[in-house]
Amino acid sequence: MRKVAIYGKGGIGKSTTTQNTVAGLSEMGKRVMVVGCDPKADSTRLLLGGLAQRSVLDTLRSEGEDIELADVRSPGFSNTLCVESGGPEPGVGCAGRGIITSINLLEQLGAYDASESLDYVFYDVLGDVVCGGFAMPIREGKAKEVYIVASGEMMAMYAANNICKGVRKFADAGGVRLGGIICNSRNVDNEHGLIDHFARKLGTQMIYFVPRDNDVQRAEIKRKTVIDWAPDCPQADHYRNLAKAIDGNDMFVIPQPMHTDELEGLLLEHGVLG
Amino acid sequence: MLDHTPVAVMERHALRINPAKTCQPIGALYAASGLHRCLPHSHGSQGCCSYHRSHLTRHFREPVMASSSSFTEGASVFGGASNLVQALGTIFSTYGPDVVAVHTTCLSETIGDDIPSIIARAREEGAIPDGKHVIHASTPSYSGSHVTGFAAMAAGMVNYFAEEPTSSRRRKDGRTRVNIVPGFVEPSDMREVRRIAELMNLTPTVLPDTSGVLDAPATGTYEFYPKGGVTVDELRGLGRAVATVALGPQASRAAAVAVENRCYVPREILDLPIGIAATDRFVGVLRRRAAYEVPGELLDERGQLVDLMADARQHLHGKKVAIFGDPDHVVAMAEFVADLGMRPVHILTGTPGKSFEKRVGTLLAGRSPDANVRSRGDLFLLHQWMKNDPVDLLIGTSYGKHLARAEDVPFVRYGWPILDRFGHSYFPSVGYRGGLRLMEKILDALLDRRDRDAPDEEFELIL
Repeated sequence: MRKVAIYGKGGIGKSTTTQNTVAGLSEMGKRVMVVGCDPKADSTRLLLGGLAQRSVLDTLRSEGEDIELADVRSPGFSNTLCVESGGPEPGVGCAGRGIITSINLLEQLGAYDASESLDYVFYDVLGDVVCGGFAMPIREGKAKEVYIVASGEMMAMYAANNICKGVRKFADAGGVRLGGIICNSRNVDNEHGLIDHFARKLGTQMIYFVPRDNDVQRAEIKRKTVIDWAPDCPQADHYRNLAKAIDGNDMFVIPQPMHTDELEGLLLEHGVLG
Repeated sequence: MLDHTPVAVMERHALRINPAKTCQPIGALYAASGLHRCLPHSHGSQGCCSYHRSHLTRHFREPVMASSSSFTEGASVFGGASNLVQALGTIFSTYGPDVVAVHTTCLSETIGDDIPSIIARAREEGAIPDGKHVIHASTPSYSGSHVTGFAAMAAGMVNYFAEEPTSSRRRKDGRTRVNIVPGFVEPSDMREVRRIAELMNLTPTVLPDTSGVLDAPATGTYEFYPKGGVTVDELRGLGRAVATVALGPQASRAAAVAVENRCYVPREILDLPIGIAATDRFVGVLRRRAAYEVPGELLDERGQLVDLMADARQHLHGKKVAIFGDPDHVVAMAEFVADLGMRPVHILTGTPGKSFEKRVGTLLAGRSPDANVRSRGDLFLLHQWMKNDPVDLLIGTSYGKHLARAEDVPFVRYGWPILDRFGHSYFPSVGYRGGLRLMEKILDALLDRRDRDAPDEEFELIL
């Protein structure tokens, strides 16, 4: 079983990219579980055709600790398995602790047991790494590979660089490695070259360049992945290619995060700031 | 006993061994128990509350009441608001206090529970009956100490209740009102500062006041809320005093500043009135504020203390002393033993705060120039100091008994907590009478040792 965590700046398209990629993997016959690690609990909306009925933490709160796997895990598109960690409303409690609680509970319930015959687990994690809880998916050898979703926008790259610092921190203890940068294009000038160079500077690769296409938004409005909504459109093939790239990936590194000056220099070199 | 404490002192940054302090909520709980008909409430997991209650009980030998928000995994994720709202409803319907004093814990502070907004919600939802009060203090244990927590709750009482005065500040009987924040001291000490203020023709509001609560008599009937404690009405009237006297800056300054900020009552920050000089300063301030001459009764008490100091000085002169405990206690005791002709050579508190070291330096003013003085210290360091420069006497809380045994040093129990002796909460250490009592304890310890060690031919009946 490969355990994959997807990180990236807030709003960059982590959840959309993850679910479309998972749809591609599952179409290839892989058995995949997605664990949403965002208090908003909207990481599996496209696979489920709507928001999850009940998150792990909601269930824990209402039922106490006497929970079964079926209470919190729902079947999604193409035999995928979907779990939402959930969490408190904004401004109260501790969302980070929620993720720790939730992942521990999934382990106790046997969601990762061999008998589940999973090929992949995907963790879709909120925004930047903000506290210990949000690093939970890459702690203690949980997720072994991390992909960072980024675009050619400065702040997305800044966030990606920061996430690399987090990955590096856990690389020795937890054994987590960076599998690559997924470029989710925002149609920034020279974006392909920029992210490719950025990835190499970090010691990794741009594993795939997902072009911008409004079909993604159209599918989202229908609460579907692109592969589900329009299996024959070009964008569906892009996600299939990304799925294949991840499935065949063998480049796993401890990233070398850059200093901010170096990062800004990179942007100047590729003419975005010029 | 403690055989492995090395003599060489090494600088340590990330390690405390046998700390000389405990955590904030325990001080907040103690302060809240000095509020009349108040139930202290711990907003956190049950373990915090259990420990704080039992530790206070071990010192005062009285049941110490407190309720808990009983956090579970869910509360730590979703916040403790619903636990607190439910707790308040249960507390008021089941235990009927007039006030619930909420103090926070590490967990609730870290997840960022906003207590005032939760209290407001509880009131909206009808969990707090009309005429009942809920106050709070923020007391994370990862900063300060139990002394800080005491200070925070004392200030909390002021911030929730003190009103700007609308009527005359002068009482009809001609007596002047004064506020006294007594510090983290015994119920007997709070009783004693009240007595001294009354002797000075003042009407004191002592806040908090645990006398009559944690030294309440056994009558055969259990009183959940004993008759002691400062009342809400007294706290509302804090603004009518001529001054707020804070005894011990670390435990009492915050409340005095709060009264000043809310009610424009000037503050007087003093050391704990332990020993002759500090008591003189306390009485001096009361004399000035009351515009009243020190009465004969108090002068006689002072005279008795002077008498004993003169009588016993040959047994005290030049004796080396190590003192540890809460900063306000230690500062005052260091000055007192120096006034007795002894040499305080090791002076340590676990509570952080550089002002401690400064104040000790000022009070000793060259009388013990080589003294080791440390805030944020621990008993391991104190033990090392005692190995390097042995002392004739150790003064501190019960946690010093291991050091005293290891180094075979006479030991006087003083401060909080005292977990292995009885009666301490009934006799004051403050004031001139408290000075007499402390001298008796010090002399007993020193002379018992002299008798123990004397060869037969020097074993004297009269000393």
